[in-house]
Amino acid sequence: MGATTVVLAGVGGQGTILAGDVLAKVAVAEGHEVKLSEVHGMAQRGGSVDTVVRFGEEVFSPVIDRGMADHLIAFEIIEGARTLPYLRPGGRLVVNRRMVAPLPVLIGDLPAPVDLEPALIAEGAVLLDAEALACEAGSPRSANVVLLGAASYGLPFAEATWTSVIEKRVPPKTVEANLRAFALGRRACAEGVCEL
Amino acid sequence: MSRTLLSGNEAVARGAWEAGVAVGVGYPGTPSTEVLESLVRYDSVRCEWAPNEKVAAEVAGGVSLGGRRTLVTMKHVGLNVAADVLYTQAYTGVTGGLVYLVADDPGMHSSQNEQDTRNHAAAAHVPLLEPSDSQEALEYVISAFRISEAYDVPVIVRMTTRISHAKTLVEVGERSEMVGSSYASHPPKFVMMPGNARLRRIDLESRMTALQAYAETASENRVEMRDASLGIVTSGIAYQYVREALPDASVLKIGLVNPLPDRLLLDFRSRVERLAVVEELDPYLTLRLKALGVDLVDTGLPTIGELSPMAIAVAFGGEVPATREPIPDLPPRPPLLCPGCPHRGIFHGLAKMRAIVIGDIGCYTLAALPPLKAMDSCVCMGASIGMARGMELVGSADRPVVAVIGDSTFAHSGITGLLHMAYTGSCATVVVLDNRTTAMTGHQGNPVSGVALGGDPAPAVDLEALCGALGAASVRVVDPHDLDATLAVLKHEVAQDHLSVIIAKAPCALIVKEHKDPFAVDEESCTKCGACVRLGCPAISYDENGRAVIDTTLCVGCSQCVQVCRFDAIVQVGPSCDIGGV
Ligand SMILES: Cc1ncc(C[n+]2csc(CCOP(=O)(O)OP(=O)(O)O)c2C)c(N)n1
Repeated sequence: MGATTVVLAGVGGQGTILAGDVLAKVAVAEGHEVKLSEVHGMAQRGGSVDTVVRFGEEVFSPVIDRGMADHLIAFEIIEGARTLPYLRPGGRLVVNRRMVAPLPVLIGDLPAPVDLEPALIAEGAVLLDAEALACEAGSPRSANVVLLGAASYGLPFAEATWTSVIEKRVPPKTVEANLRAFALGRRACAEGVCEL
Repeated sequence: MSRTLLSGNEAVARGAWEAGVAVGVGYPGTPSTEVLESLVRYDSVRCEWAPNEKVAAEVAGGVSLGGRRTLVTMKHVGLNVAADVLYTQAYTGVTGGLVYLVADDPGMHSSQNEQDTRNHAAAAHVPLLEPSDSQEALEYVISAFRISEAYDVPVIVRMTTRISHAKTLVEVGERSEMVGSSYASHPPKFVMMPGNARLRRIDLESRMTALQAYAETASENRVEMRDASLGIVTSGIAYQYVREALPDASVLKIGLVNPLPDRLLLDFRSRVERLAVVEELDPYLTLRLKALGVDLVDTGLPTIGELSPMAIAVAFGGEVPATREPIPDLPPRPPLLCPGCPHRGIFHGLAKMRAIVIGDIGCYTLAALPPLKAMDSCVCMGASIGMARGMELVGSADRPVVAVIGDSTFAHSGITGLLHMAYTGSCATVVVLDNRTTAMTGHQGNPVSGVALGGDPAPAVDLEALCGALGAASVRVVDPHDLDATLAVLKHEVAQDHLSVIIAKAPCALIVKEHKDPFAVDEESCTKCGACVRLGCPAISYDENGRAVIDTTLCVGCSQCVQVCRFDAIVQVGPSCDIGGV
């Protein structure tokens, strides 16, 4: 079997790196060969950031081309739309509804994109409000873990593995909120908001 | 044995620790920075940030002279700064093993240029190893120390962004303690004046000849025979792409990239029907093979930017698979100054003054983008001050010339520029953006901020006294969040007939722990003038009616927008409610 590829697409500062790290560690814990690729530096100042996690029996390239991702988890809707061509036909698409306006939109040079939701739904997207669920979990900053929970529903790993990796990876004081966030994201999918 | 997920940079640190390094030293630079940040967490290794790569290489040279192993780290452009040290260290050779970790950035994710460090190795006559994943990064660093001592030469380990920042599984080992021997002077080897250097020059050649013989059988160079109809010579990350794109091809994977194993290359050529080279950036392997008279398949692969598995598959006749259509008209997302960034205050003032801003490298380079558009040049670290002096010499009509440089960059290579200005009677104005950290590369301490590698307090230079001692006639400190005061000082100093330094002192918004309450726009009072939006703060945008609106989850209460609003339409609100629907 070839490698399975998950792309986490977002905006610098949204916590895609932590989410990618958790996902990679879960795959390791379940005995897979794993590669994770992320970009540090300038892009982290509010630019587009993609984290790629690949796992399977044998993984070569840590980065991918268009059409190679099996799962695309977008932490922000414009980034979801931008990264869409990386998702293979038939791949799984989970998109957070939140829009973070990029600079040209903030300053009025370009219009904010419209109708992204229907365009993404037409591509099979499952939409989610990760910030609202994070709030419900008790920590607005755990939106990335909500999205991880949503992603987890479609990945072949045991829930207990996720839980134990999250417990080790997040600051001790935030463990409970993060586990709640994860469960809410996962349940949102299981209950049909997020279909396979 | 269980394996751990490590980034290439973490694996380098682990390898250095296992190799028994006594000292790690470097200057931050993406994608190399995490090597020392990781090494500092190990016991029995002293780690230091140097003010620049040249000093770092010199510190490493001293450790080596003293008989201990040392790792010196930098990004590709850092090696230009340290090159003066390296090129002669190749002559002197080493006592304790001396390894340069140099990380290239193909595609310029976070750099001002694209360089191929393999050329530096060839030009300096030093060996270079290039790993293709974290496991090799760890192993090659250990090999590099062994080679350095066995062949009496500094060794470069070259990484690229995709190796440094990809995490892959690594089997780690234990540390071998290296005990240094007691120091003995050896001037003919270490005092490089012409008489000694000429002999060491000849000696260097014989060391490289010996290394060339070693390269032929080095375990870092590996032949993988599969289908013999196509053979690929490759190295580094390109190896992984080749394996992904051309799983059946035979491969000669080069790990020791300088010197190259000529006989092994020719032998591999004879074992395959067609031979091609797949390498990122310059045609380094290609030129060597051509010099050996080997006929190569012309792949047409680019020598600019990064390769990818697909690019390679297509170059060898693969078809581009059907993909989803891109969604059209998406706005680009360039990086931008953070909410509450103190740099914004200075560039707001400079833009108002229509100053010619000779800029430098750091987060503040982002002020070149709209809406601030307040930078005219950025070349390399420290260039702002020398270039501003040059602009001053040719005159600039009616616009003032101002050099702008960050605190870490000033310590790196701005001090000598200022000394030049003072020495030559310059009347320029230099702004030092003292945000108490090296922000761009992830908040490393520096000699101005007084924070050591690892976070402990360290002595901080007195910036005002330093600039005064160098010869600035006036040194002023401003709070860049106070826009009026900042503008007044800028205007005053550019009008003076003497050398001025303005220190804009306020901490980076990302290192401030306690933020002030956010602001919000009072809809009634907003006249849609756009003055606040033109600050380019990510928290401020237009709503659907063209009024300004502040995202209170992003706002950190710096109040710069309040000061530019002439209608008192921006008011403080309570702490941002938890989320979203504000
Ligand atoms: C020779 C060289 N070394 C390292 C770098 C990487 N680099 C770019 S900017 C920068 C430091 C920026 O710090 P500072 O001047 O304090 O500005 P800030 O980002 O804090 O605004 C570094 C280390 C480089 N571009 N060139």
